[in-house]
Amino acid sequence: MNRLAKFYASSIGKKFIAAITGLILFGFVAGHVAGNLKVFTGTDSITAEGETFAVPHIDQYGHFLRKAGEPFLPAMAFLWTSRLVLLASVILHMTVVIQLSLKSAEARPVEYVRSKKKASSWSARYMMFSGSVILAFIIFHILHFTTGTIKLGQFEHGAIYKNLRNSFSLWYVSLGYVLVMGLLTSHLFHGVWSLFQTLGFDSPDRNKAIRMFAMVASIGITVGFALVPLAFLFGVLQEVPDYPHHLLENH
Amino acid sequence: MKIKIHVWRQQSPKTKGAMETHELDGVTSDMSFLEMLDTLNEQLNDQGKDPVAFDHDCREGVCGSCSMVIDGQAHGPKGSTTTCQLYMRSFEDGAEIYVEPFRAAAFPILRDLVVDRSAFDRIIEAGGYISNHSGPKPEPNSIPIEPEIQETALDAASCIGCGACVAACPNGSAMLFTSAKVSHLGLLPQGQTERYERVEAMVNQMESEGFGSCRNYAECEAQCPKGISIAFIGRLNSDYLKSQLVEADNPRGKMHAQ
Repeated sequence: MNRLAKFYASSIGKKFIAAITGLILFGFVAGHVAGNLKVFTGTDSITAEGETFAVPHIDQYGHFLRKAGEPFLPAMAFLWTSRLVLLASVILHMTVVIQLSLKSAEARPVEYVRSKKKASSWSARYMMFSGSVILAFIIFHILHFTTGTIKLGQFEHGAIYKNLRNSFSLWYVSLGYVLVMGLLTSHLFHGVWSLFQTLGFDSPDRNKAIRMFAMVASIGITVGFALVPLAFLFGVLQEVPDYPHHLLENH
Repeated sequence: MKIKIHVWRQQSPKTKGAMETHELDGVTSDMSFLEMLDTLNEQLNDQGKDPVAFDHDCREGVCGSCSMVIDGQAHGPKGSTTTCQLYMRSFEDGAEIYVEPFRAAAFPILRDLVVDRSAFDRIIEAGGYISNHSGPKPEPNSIPIEPEIQETALDAASCIGCGACVAACPNGSAMLFTSAKVSHLGLLPQGQTERYERVEAMVNQMESEGFGSCRNYAECEAQCPKGISIAFIGRLNSDYLKSQLVEADNPRGKMHAQ
């Protein structure tokens, strides 16, 4: 334990934690965007009681996440384990970053009269800002699409496609989401490269590839996320008629 | 050339400092930046004022003494050069030049542009050495070393310990310096014996000196007069993580006699 405490006390130890939790959160975001893109894959026709209904793939995917692991795991077990891991990651990530920032502020108490930045990117220097906005957004996003506490358009639990359409048809909701995704790109662009450096994987042979990966991943994730609100806003994705929700159970 | 120079003046570590402005005539483009400061000091002497205190020694770019931030950049705008090797031809006639001391809590200002960089010496003392027998010298080529590794170790060893990395870092971090010192020994066979103890001891010393933490801005690399790469910081991270997470805390070799 003493060893672990010593490791945590060092700035490299804290950065290691920031990198690992960052990697977990990056993995989540990548999975999230892949899941989101299911809105574009269309619907399944399910016939029940002599009627045929179109059930969107994304609704089925949401149902799958709630049921994942059954019958080996209790209901919602997979979902809640993931949620707790993510929550712990967010808390640890923030804690170490705040501690490191306080230490750094102490290490440089006086600013230069003239200061010129030669190498650091905009994305690197505004990590705190982009991170804070993303945190606020995550809280808002959960209240909006998970719990339905914040109502922007009609909300119905489990009817993912419909909820997305109801919210993203409002221009200000779409605009807000797309803007925050822009900040997410910025955060990931520095963060993804940075975590390789912190974990010690960076080397002259690999650095170019790692930088490229960070750029492609951060831009790719933003484009993937932004496509959904834009597609609803500009009517690319059409309304899907209501269907009885027990169809998700049977399917 | 005629220039206007804004320079930081501070009597002692405890007193409050401020920028002071001087006009200087008769500067030639072949003067080094330090010679220009010498000229300024002669002018100040003639006026009966205190000359500007600044660190300098070899004036040929290898000792790492001439520490100052010129126009917001450690060692000035030219890049890959020390202040003593920066010539006035890098500035235009009539230029306004800002000269400030290196700024970091771990580098307290002693006077004007002179800062106390003994924190670096203490980091070196903590682990910047190798164990060697003191007998007759071995045949130099008896330990084969790959040229690639030799060259990389030499790149790290080219660090002159000037402190520009700390001055350039918005977080006042000494990771580039420490990583260069850890790597140039850690890369070579002779440095393996203490490799993981070294990295732990030097990082611990660095932390206790009050340097900030690295945010991978790469500002240090860009302003380093020797162009030392932040790849060494990656190496330091890797070695430090191994020392903390992989290497045994109490190696058998360090068992004490009962």
